[in-house]
Amino acid sequence: MQTVKMVVTGPFSSGKTEFIRSVSEIDVVATERKISSDAEKTVKQATTVAMDFGRITVDEDLVLYLFGTPGQKRFDFMWEILSEGMLGFIVMVDSTRPETFREARSILETFRAYAPTPYVVSANKQDAPDAWDVEDMRHALRLDAKVKLLPCVATDKTTVKNVLLELLYSILAEMDGGAK
Amino acid sequence: MALRGNLRDFTVTQLLNLINLAHKTGTLVIEGPSEVARVAFRDGKLAYAQVGQEDNRLATVLHRSNRLTAGQYNAIIQRAAHVTDKELGLLLINAGYLSQGDILTALQAYFTDVVRRLFTWVEGFFRFENEMMPPEDRINVRLDLENLIIEGARQLREWEQLQDEIPSLDMALKFTERPDTNIQKMNLSVEEWRVVSFINPKNTIRQIGAAAKMGDLEIRRIVYGLLQAGLVEVVRPEGAPPTAQERTRAAAPVQDKEEQKSLVNRLITRIRSI
Ligand SMILES: Nc1nc2c(ncn2[C@@H]2O[C@H](COP(=O)(O)OP(=O)(O)OP(=O)(O)O)[C@@H](O)[C@H]2O)c(=O)[nH]1
Ligand SMILES: [Mg+2]
Repeated sequence: MQTVKMVVTGPFSSGKTEFIRSVSEIDVVATERKISSDAEKTVKQATTVAMDFGRITVDEDLVLYLFGTPGQKRFDFMWEILSEGMLGFIVMVDSTRPETFREARSILETFRAYAPTPYVVSANKQDAPDAWDVEDMRHALRLDAKVKLLPCVATDKTTVKNVLLELLYSILAEMDGGAK
Repeated sequence: MALRGNLRDFTVTQLLNLINLAHKTGTLVIEGPSEVARVAFRDGKLAYAQVGQEDNRLATVLHRSNRLTAGQYNAIIQRAAHVTDKELGLLLINAGYLSQGDILTALQAYFTDVVRRLFTWVEGFFRFENEMMPPEDRINVRLDLENLIIEGARQLREWEQLQDEIPSLDMALKFTERPDTNIQKMNLSVEEWRVVSFINPKNTIRQIGAAAKMGDLEIRRIVYGLLQAGLVEVVRPEGAPPTAQERTRAAAPVQDKEEQKSLVNRLITRIRSI
């Protein structure tokens, strides 16, 4: 029995828990805790304290685990632990909150430093009326044209599947590239 | 008789009991697996405690127990670094910020917490230094040991039970195929998540404990909880003890490129079908 994992990271309240919940076959084990600081409270009431944990069984001997990192900075000691052995990672960005783009960028860089695995960026909450256009976000996030920036609605399984698939295609492409 | 020995033969709780009964004055030095603790007593009462490099200055203790705001704390650290704890205590009392009781309560809580942490140390050497007392400029408390001894004894019983439940730390853990449906109700702590993230049939419980920087008692307690919750099961570890690099590969233990690609392709097929 093999297990592989992917990590879903991104700033506070970007939709990581929701994303994993959409595709996990088990109820996502999230340790949500009531938020303490007032600034964060205006965004939402509960935050993931340690991490979310979702599972997709592939077949008898392969299971994929999705780990969501806690959004709040003060739990970032978990990041390195989580990134160990991951197949790839997804950076969730809340398209409606440009004030979080800089942090998203910094999280992305941190994870890249932990492991040279493929990654994709997910422009989440594209269903919201005030969501930024994906191409505008690419500029704001200073993402190279090579980096996949994918529109997403975390509650919509189709878009979540697409993000996961694009990441897997990147992983596959890298394996092919490395073989040459 | 020199009071020195190994924690395996003489527990921290037993030591406290002895210090209490003999009304001892001096410092108990415990060399644990990763750090050294110093706990001072006067007439058999807890006076002071320090563990590893942990900052136990008054300002820090007060800040941690929310007696000082971050602003006040920073001002003290930046501008009053040369002021001793005793002086700082007097300044705060005279300025009407805190009472003597507030200060002692905060220190007592901190020192007690240090001793509680020592209860989880089951390996290490101890010695009692009659002459050694805390630095002159530090504030000491006077705390009866009885309650701590009772707490320690309770933990000791727990420790014995846990040893029965999880006799060997050289076994590995794996996720159960079908975690209980009530997994959703589980409220895992940060420590539990730390352990969960290392679970792999290739890592022994001992290795997980070391990687997560946990003592034997702590890792046993957490593993016991995860076992009870039906999230994991104990298995024989796969192969030899893995290196850090192997541990990385253990999460995706694929040998060659073709195998890796087939694995990714299986993942793709599966996700398309969701
Ligand atoms: N409209 C819309 N709302 C979303 C979407 N994804 C998440 N949300 C909402 O955004 C809020 C935050 O989502 P979470 O999934 O809790 O975010 P998180 O990243 O796990 O947050 P932390 O764990 O606190 O960092 C919740 O109220 C979600 O219902 C989306 O695609 N569209
Ligand atoms: Mg969350």
